Amino acid sequence: MNITAPTFEWLELAPVLIVLTAAILGVVIEAAVPRAYRLVSQVGLMVVSLVAALAVLVENFVSQRSGTLVSASMVLDGPAYLAWAALLVFGLLSMLLFAERRLGNGSTAFAASAAAVPGSVSESEAAVAQHEHTEVFPLALFSLSGMLVFAAANDLLTAFVALEVMSLPLYLLSAMARRRRLLSQEAALKYFLLGALSSAFFLFGIALVYGYAGSFGFRDIATSIGAPVYGDGLLLTGMGFLAIGLLFKIGAVPFHNWVPDVYVGAPSPVTGFMAICTKFAAVMAVVRVFYVALGAERWSWQPLIAAIAVLTMVVGVVIAVAQTDIKRLLAYSSISHAGFILVAVVGASVGTAAGASSSLASIVFYLVAYGFATVASFAAVTMVRDAAGEVHSITGWSGLARRNPFLASVVALAMLSFAGIPLTGGFIGKWAVFTAAWRGGYSWLVAVAIVASVVAAYVYFKVIIAMFFGEPVAGVEVGKASGFTLVPLVVGAAATLYLGLFPGQLLDLATAVGTFLR
Amino acid sequence: MSPDNYLYLAAALFAIGTAGVMLRRNALVAFMSVELMLNAANLAMVAFASARGNLDGQVATFFVMVVAAAEVVVGLSIIITIYRTRRSTSVDAANLLKL
Repeated sequence: MNITAPTFEWLELAPVLIVLTAAILGVVIEAAVPRAYRLVSQVGLMVVSLVAALAVLVENFVSQRSGTLVSASMVLDGPAYLAWAALLVFGLLSMLLFAERRLGNGSTAFAASAAAVPGSVSESEAAVAQHEHTEVFPLALFSLSGMLVFAAANDLLTAFVALEVMSLPLYLLSAMARRRRLLSQEAALKYFLLGALSSAFFLFGIALVYGYAGSFGFRDIATSIGAPVYGDGLLLTGMGFLAIGLLFKIGAVPFHNWVPDVYVGAPSPVTGFMAICTKFAAVMAVVRVFYVALGAERWSWQPLIAAIAVLTMVVGVVIAVAQTDIKRLLAYSSISHAGFILVAVVGASVGTAAGASSSLASIVFYLVAYGFATVASFAAVTMVRDAAGEVHSITGWSGLARRNPFLASVVALAMLSFAGIPLTGGFIGKWAVFTAAWRGGYSWLVAVAIVASVVAAYVYFKVIIAMFFGEPVAGVEVGKASGFTLVPLVVGAAATLYLGLFPGQLLDLATAVGTFLR
Repeated sequence: MSPDNYLYLAAALFAIGTAGVMLRRNALVAFMSVELMLNAANLAMVAFASARGNLDGQVATFFVMVVAAAEVVVGLSIIITIYRTRRSTSVDAANLLKL
């Protein structure tokens, strides 16, 4: 038995390698650079590396480099290009929020010393000495590199390792909030235990599918379907386990219980990072596993995913109606968005020459529109404050438009986009997703989705009405933010509007390159 | 070689692990149960690798072991932090976040 050494496509892999190298350099900075200069060097390194990775990615795209990488364990195709570009942009925007110090009177949103017991002497000593955890940048970069690999994985083992590289730093990041530290630690524990459970399910699914196909590669799995050695039961069970692991990561019902708790407990910048980047990478992995590896078996998984899509939309929307906490509301909103995305996944429609977009193109557009609105809304969440820190109750947000009309308008724009109101990116995203499902023959699912999005609109309008027509609450202020918060806020709002007014470019691009390389 | 019996054993271990995570209240025991589930998957992969006559499954177990070790580092650090805060590792005591 021979094991051939893998080939290494350095140039194609460069975006991932740059992010990974920057993460390792970030660890070196922690050891070598004096405390006073760490934040500035970490932020500089992060921005430079992500922009460089994006530049290399664009260069690769212009030179039309594509194909399988590292002995077919990864693949660089149109969807991978789209996912990488989006992950790098959203990663950069949400990591800028990590660096905000002006809002917290000179301290970041992260604990001065995460290892110190809350309320202890060592905690207050660390706070007085103005220590801060600049390790959050390398942690987030490690997580981002895992996401990049996850979105481009072409075999199940790579997908599993990437899933863990993506998740493990996130568990730690969620435990590091400066305020409400008990909640933060509890969120991390829940996230970790449930996350580890779901990856164990994912791994067992991998083992069963490997038994069925005799290989981890997506292409080998696809060709083995229909010619089983041990019977179809192995494939169907394995597929179910894989689905559990993946659907957990995108926060689909009934695997959604961690989402609201972790969103509330984690520091808001980290929540923003998770809400966009984790979801993006996980959805791309779902699509790749189900379309490329299990595409021939889609009559078996379509009804299952359709049922989960209905549950996810309905539960996400109905529970969101009852929320009084803005972060919890955004959590249930992100659950219901996962449901809308699954609607398009179920449709599994391929693009036509007449310019009708495929399921994949509509999913990418939806995620990009959702991502920009999410960046803007989490930047806003970090800015609304009182003496005890961020104000999360929606009643605390009432009358915000009188204190700061600009911020209230940005939040309103993001909410309108979440609700799918015309002239915002969210509307085009919903439209594209619903047509993809419709043309895939799932008109009943589209009907359910439309009802769900109407109910969801109520939730978002509740926030808008509170901000514009409520009485201002005493003590709640809009903090003076530095560019680290204002840039994501403005970029998110501008892009949301742009995608609503001129959706053609991104949709055409996504349709043009949106085919998987098998 | 038929992998059937190994597969039954793997499924039994996996079921025990799942039950452990769901039912036990101690975070450490729940975490040990997750490790049991990962090793059940390892056993299934080795059995299939042997039955199929290729090395992929055996190589995969090494990756899984490394990932599991990394998971232990992260998991124990979180559990120990919680323990130092609350003097308890019971997942029932962690109830500040409501549905």
